[in-house]
Amino acid sequence: MKEQGRRDFMGMALGGFTALGGLGALYAMKRSWDPLPSVKAAGFTTIDLSAAQENVLNIESWRGKPIFVLKKSADMKADERDVVIGSDRFHVTIGLCTHLGCIPAYLPDEKIFRCACHGGEFDTSGHQIFGPPPSPLEIPPFRLEGTTIVLGEEGPEFKKMKDSGLIA
Amino acid sequence: MKELKVLAVVVFFSLLVYWGVEPFAHGQMHKHVESDNFAYSDLPKITKEGDAANGGDLVMGAGACIGCHSINSQGIPAPMDAVTAAATYGVNPPDLSNIGALYNEKFLAALFKNPAHALNVEHKFDPASGKMHPMVPFYGAGGDIDQEVADMVAYFKSIAPKELSAKEAFDDACGRCHAMRYDHYTQLGDTPEFKYEKDALAHQIKLLEYQEHLKAYMGKLPPDLSTIIRARSADFLETFIENPQTQLPGTSMPRVGLSKEGYEKVEAYLTKIGDPSKPQREALGPWVLGFFVIFSILAFLWKKYQWRDLH
Amino acid sequence: MAHFDENARPFSEKWLDERLGVVTLKKVLSTEYWIPKDINFLWAMGMVLAATFGLLLISGIFLLMYYKPDTAMAFDSVNYTIMTEVGYGWLWRHIHGVGASLVFLIIYIHMFTGIYYGSYKKGREMIWISGMLLFVTFSAEAFSGYMLPWGQMSYWAGMVITNLFSGGSLEAYGLVEWIRGDYVPGDAFLTRFFMLHVLLLPLVIIGLIVLHFGTLRLPHVNNQKGEEIDFKEAAELYKAGRKKESKVIPFNPVFLSKDIFVVGVYFILFFYLVFYHFDFAMDPVNFDPADGLKTPPHIYPEWYFLWSYEILRPFNKDIGLIAFGIAQVALFFLPFVDRSPNVAPAHKRGLFNLWFWVLLIDMVVLTILGKLPPEGIYNDLGLVAAIVFLLLGPALFVVTKMEKKI
Repeated sequence: MKEQGRRDFMGMALGGFTALGGLGALYAMKRSWDPLPSVKAAGFTTIDLSAAQENVLNIESWRGKPIFVLKKSADMKADERDVVIGSDRFHVTIGLCTHLGCIPAYLPDEKIFRCACHGGEFDTSGHQIFGPPPSPLEIPPFRLEGTTIVLGEEGPEFKKMKDSGLIA
Repeated sequence: MKELKVLAVVVFFSLLVYWGVEPFAHGQMHKHVESDNFAYSDLPKITKEGDAANGGDLVMGAGACIGCHSINSQGIPAPMDAVTAAATYGVNPPDLSNIGALYNEKFLAALFKNPAHALNVEHKFDPASGKMHPMVPFYGAGGDIDQEVADMVAYFKSIAPKELSAKEAFDDACGRCHAMRYDHYTQLGDTPEFKYEKDALAHQIKLLEYQEHLKAYMGKLPPDLSTIIRARSADFLETFIENPQTQLPGTSMPRVGLSKEGYEKVEAYLTKIGDPSKPQREALGPWVLGFFVIFSILAFLWKKYQWRDLH
Repeated sequence: MAHFDENARPFSEKWLDERLGVVTLKKVLSTEYWIPKDINFLWAMGMVLAATFGLLLISGIFLLMYYKPDTAMAFDSVNYTIMTEVGYGWLWRHIHGVGASLVFLIIYIHMFTGIYYGSYKKGREMIWISGMLLFVTFSAEAFSGYMLPWGQMSYWAGMVITNLFSGGSLEAYGLVEWIRGDYVPGDAFLTRFFMLHVLLLPLVIIGLIVLHFGTLRLPHVNNQKGEEIDFKEAAELYKAGRKKESKVIPFNPVFLSKDIFVVGVYFILFFYLVFYHFDFAMDPVNFDPADGLKTPPHIYPEWYFLWSYEILRPFNKDIGLIAFGIAQVALFFLPFVDRSPNVAPAHKRGLFNLWFWVLLIDMVVLTILGKLPPEGIYNDLGLVAAIVFLLLGPALFVVTKMEKKI
């Protein structure tokens, strides 16, 4: 096979240069797989909290996931996981059980969330209090703007929660 | 060298086919229309020096413009909502805040005195046939009508903004008849984001009602312009917008009266929406072509190396 | 069981050869696949076609990720999502459109090269036929692909071409409806052409390409003089190191190196068109969404179908269809209508040379007339050109029967 002892430098140069072009093409292909701008833009949900009623669960949607919004009543314990707006405290979490991802139901009389799949329970601050769930309900990234909350952006309150280790 | 002769023959016949099938054939299919370069040569010049203050009085008073038109920059709202306006006039009368910045002044002067004539729709709105253009002409306020019209034009120029975005130009000149779905824009303006499906449907119903009135007024619904910049040549668009009758005789589309700068803004918006990859394309082109030039040189050198012992 | 060397290192050449015969494969298909030395750049058109087909496949894959085959969504999935939202979506679309047009330019150059040098004769008939089958399949692929953006031209070309199947006076409207899956081109029509374009026809093309390569192997590639080479003898000379005297070169790396250079130059032209000059491949009329209630003032097929379309036009309905049918299959019979024993370039074959240039010029004329509006002198010229084309078949028979052996 090696009739000439010489290396085929031109061939290697051509091959190497072609590979560079190939890298460029692969980059363009990678970008074609990226989520579309309209998809990324839809990744932010704005919720107006001013009309919320105490002990009435509102389920919103953010990036395809259910979001629990519960205005806390006076008898519900304050918690560092609460979203605080003035004198009101809100429970804002991703409504997916931390066990295996089912959506727990809220029981306003017992003031707990109970997951039908395997019986896991969470309190009104999102802490797991019974059953298989290993951790509290997740807090989504949020930013406060007066009485509205924008999900998907990290505001200073969320960053504080992160620093305190509340966010997994 | 023989191979170059062969290449020459191949290139010749390829270019011949290209010429016949593209520039020649398209020239035969679409006769060239000479552009007037937005000079509005058929309209008379404004001979009087306009007084903007008097013009303002006329616009608010004897001109009766604000009976149908809003002037948002001056705090004058539209007398009715878009759908009711369309039901009454066929189309929503445009806001007048920006017209001094967008339209040719000869056109404006001619428009006030005889809308159907300035808009080139006399074939549709002919007093003899009894069908009147929905915009009532200005018959004068008792003085020299040409002076009064010059004053009104001067007024609109005085309130016009210094800077106007490409989208504002489109919205003003085209937006009452043409939608732009790729910009989430309809004849009712930008489509808001609705949280509840009921609200989205309610908006759509409003839009459909508007479009029904517009269709009855124009004869057919004016097309969405999202891809128009690629669907027509630059020449066609310029001459068509300058005077639709030159390209589509008998069309309902009015001569819009844009100045050259106004047209360039509209064209920039049409390009932004219909061909937004243009800047990226023009930026990347030289790199890809440069790559293949270098590739070909390297390939040639490799070929020379491979063939060195063969002849 | 074949002999397996226990000491062979896994995935080494010897190990793979014992299991897959890679050494023999490499010799037969690559390093000892002998190509004549006396060739010019036209011999690279096959590789140029493979490269273009590759670009069409790859760009097609990315378009396929976002295209929606539904009459309500197709147009905007292409012109909004792909062209404005997808990262480099516009690049794949432009490559695909320009590629679809250029592939036919190269196919025609490749075909005419074969006709000129007699590469369809004496053992090479199957190469020619498999090539013609590829031309027909590529034509179907191009037509089906053009339907997909669902613009005005997609719709009306679909309407006109499927109407042909009514068979003129046969009035087989049931057949037309069956082809469309509906009374007019609609959703069923679009999705079945989507199936053809994305799955069935590409598989057929790939199979035919493999066949086409297979038909080349034994007869070997032709050369500029049409000379019948003793490949065994020439191969021995080359392998003995007497490369200057040998009449052949190995496919890999020698023939390939020239191919790759030609492909490089071709890509300069290709990408120039992709970035700067693409209206010929992406006709403006197709940037108007399909409207079944509004016929565009000018309907025409893509340039590579124009010669064929023009043969249809000058005659009345039934004659036109017959002429059109003949035109589609005529070239298949080339190896059998040509009665001369000479395998030589056209300029050495007397009247055949004239026949060749008449064919080429006639097809160019038919192509240009096919785009022009059917008025006045264009109609007369069209009739003449169509008749010339139909007479070229019998003319070839006569000319080659009379041809003296070289």
